[in-house]
Amino acid sequence: MQNMGSMPDTAVGAPEVREYDVDAVNRKETRPPLYAPRKKIHPRRTHGFFRSFKWWVMALTLGVYYITPWLRWDRGPGAPDQAVLVDIPGRRFYFFFIEIWPQEFYYIAGLLIMAGLGLFLVTSVVGRAWCGYTCPQTVWTDLFIWVERLVEGDRAARIRLDKAPNSASKAAKRLTKYVIWLLIAMGTGGAWVFYFADAPTLFTDLFTGQADTVAYATVGVLTFTTFSLGGLMREQVCTYMCPWPRIQAAMMDEESLTVTYRADRGEPRKPFEKNADWDQRGDCIDCKACVVVCPMGIDIRDGQQLECITCALCIDACDDVMGKIGRPRGLIDYDSIANDERRRAGEETKLRLFRPRTLFYFGLWGLIGLGMLYVLLTRADLDINVIHDRNPLYTTLSDGSLRNGYTFKILNKAREQRTLMLHASGLPGIKLKVVGSEDMGDSPDPYFTVKPDRLQSFRLLVTVPPGTLKDDAADLRFVLKEINTGQTASYNGLFRGPGQ
Amino acid sequence: MSERHTDDFTGVETTGHEWDGIRELDNPLPRWWQWIFWACVIWSIGYWIVYPAWPLVSGYTKGMFGYSSRGEVAKEIAKAETGMEGQLEQIRQASLEQIRTNANLREFALAGGRSAFAVNCSQCHGSGAQGFKGYPNLNDDEWVWGGTIDAIAYTITHGIRNTEDEDARQSDMPAFGRDGILEKAQINDVAEYVMTLSGQSGDTAAAARGKTLFTDNCAACHGENGGGSHEFGAPALNNNIWLYGGDKATIVETISKSRRGVMPAWGKHLDDATVKQLAIYVHSLGGGK
Repeated sequence: MQNMGSMPDTAVGAPEVREYDVDAVNRKETRPPLYAPRKKIHPRRTHGFFRSFKWWVMALTLGVYYITPWLRWDRGPGAPDQAVLVDIPGRRFYFFFIEIWPQEFYYIAGLLIMAGLGLFLVTSVVGRAWCGYTCPQTVWTDLFIWVERLVEGDRAARIRLDKAPNSASKAAKRLTKYVIWLLIAMGTGGAWVFYFADAPTLFTDLFTGQADTVAYATVGVLTFTTFSLGGLMREQVCTYMCPWPRIQAAMMDEESLTVTYRADRGEPRKPFEKNADWDQRGDCIDCKACVVVCPMGIDIRDGQQLECITCALCIDACDDVMGKIGRPRGLIDYDSIANDERRRAGEETKLRLFRPRTLFYFGLWGLIGLGMLYVLLTRADLDINVIHDRNPLYTTLSDGSLRNGYTFKILNKAREQRTLMLHASGLPGIKLKVVGSEDMGDSPDPYFTVKPDRLQSFRLLVTVPPGTLKDDAADLRFVLKEINTGQTASYNGLFRGPGQ
Repeated sequence: MSERHTDDFTGVETTGHEWDGIRELDNPLPRWWQWIFWACVIWSIGYWIVYPAWPLVSGYTKGMFGYSSRGEVAKEIAKAETGMEGQLEQIRQASLEQIRTNANLREFALAGGRSAFAVNCSQCHGSGAQGFKGYPNLNDDEWVWGGTIDAIAYTITHGIRNTEDEDARQSDMPAFGRDGILEKAQINDVAEYVMTLSGQSGDTAAAARGKTLFTDNCAACHGENGGGSHEFGAPALNNNIWLYGGDKATIVETISKSRRGVMPAWGKHLDDATVKQLAIYVHSLGGGK
């Protein structure tokens, strides 16, 4: 900050020469750097409840990810037998007993909305649990750190290895680590493509060079991203790339549980001393066990911060130390800001799970879930859509009758051919004609044969006798009925005319 | 120039901008962020080499492989056309009736006919073939030159009253007024009679006088009851469908000056398969006989 003369400038004796009390605005020492080099983090291994929980979550999520494409589900002949399959050329999404057509993409939209609201709910209750336990970035980073620890040793050994001069054994360790990482990354990219094609076939094709270029490119890109994001970038992704840490604060309130250092218990921190009077000092012995285990490289004792993914490993580390020095566990624990204030006010702490915010998120989530479930359970495998011709809206025939043209789409989601009968009502003397089946004559109720698993489109002409249409339009109801089962699908349309 | 400001809590200088009391910390960028920037710059140089990129005085740099998005489209179109060749050959071989009764060929012909209609026919007949004054509506069941699939195909191939095809549909209604065949009053009487053919009421005495004139001058082509004749291209006058209009004034104008609508011989401009597909499409619109 330039001194604008608050301190008097002093004369130095020589005439007209003064010494100024000033600091250069852009002095090298005080100028903030434009770019900051990355400081490497070497997280130390922990043991404890949250570490075990994270292992289980990792096993579950990775297991689901790698195994799902290999599950089989019999759908009868002519249909894929893969339980979960995104068939892009066939425009189908198969999920066990559910088969989604492109027209039903709202299921996916609904699922995504539910996932979003679920994330809001979890965040408002237990903070960034998604970040700490289930985010792919966290899961794969954890896996990659596990490999690193296996090959290079724990924190101290890794720091030593980093500082050690180049040698054959250092190179061997690094190479082993990178090769294992690469294999995991390729496995990750490889598993992804199995969701989009028959897994066993694609598996063989991938290894024999028969697979599509798109498959190889996808595997390549995902191998690269898994390796670089999980192995090399790690905490940089969460801190600099991910928008979620910035957004999640909006879902949290003072009652949200989050990984918290209990400053009221811990301070004033002091190095451990035998036979200390714990009433005179805080429980924190400043051993920094919580710092060395942190994969984000932060000190949880500084309070809530953007980098914290709430993986809770510092809780495990601190609990371990507290056990050893004979102090109660939970110096670092899941706690809320409100509880901190209650403690200061001498009140009892409590856990408030049912708050307007959590109830609102849960209610919305449940409502959408129930709605989706209802739509899914009542979902018909026969559907019609009748699109009125835009031009001309109506045609007057030589005898004065009126004719409207429609594009008539029948969605047969069943895997068998069906014979259907169409009936239209709403005006007297309706005659239906399906273009291409003139041989049936102007039957009042034409028959259709629809191929299995197909959307078929017909051109339908509806004719009414002269004078039957009183206004310029009338409601018309189309009912499609399956001959064998009696199943129906209906559509309410319009019949247009010139008006009287 | 904004004021320098240092955030009290973090001790980091802010960017100097303030939005409702919120200031942005001016933390240094991670170094790798800068690497990615340069990596993107280098990557973009690869684009310049591989793809068309720089405008020159005339033309542009073509890129290593001569890629152009227009060329890609041409390739796709060629591929699609090759894919259709089998069905087009079947269309060429089959008769119109065979195409119409074969579900696969019909579906193909309807799709091809629809797009050919949009390109070649919709300018006069309208995008929905609904027609305009002087250009017939192809959805209804009234046909000047016949509504069977073969008649439609003939009309499309040879056209109407054009000079480019000697087999074009020809007919010539006299201009009864302009050529002095009938007096003005007589034309009025004929018009009155023509209106009664389609059930329109008017001057009954004039209509009665007009009936004789109609029998002498018009019935040869339009028929005794005004039923029309496809052979002569004489429209039916006894229904509610009018090519130029069914009101008195328009009918008088038609009788006085005649109407000579024309249509190109599309057989001279389009290939055989396209004409066939057009015929199938027009026939399917609803008025086909």
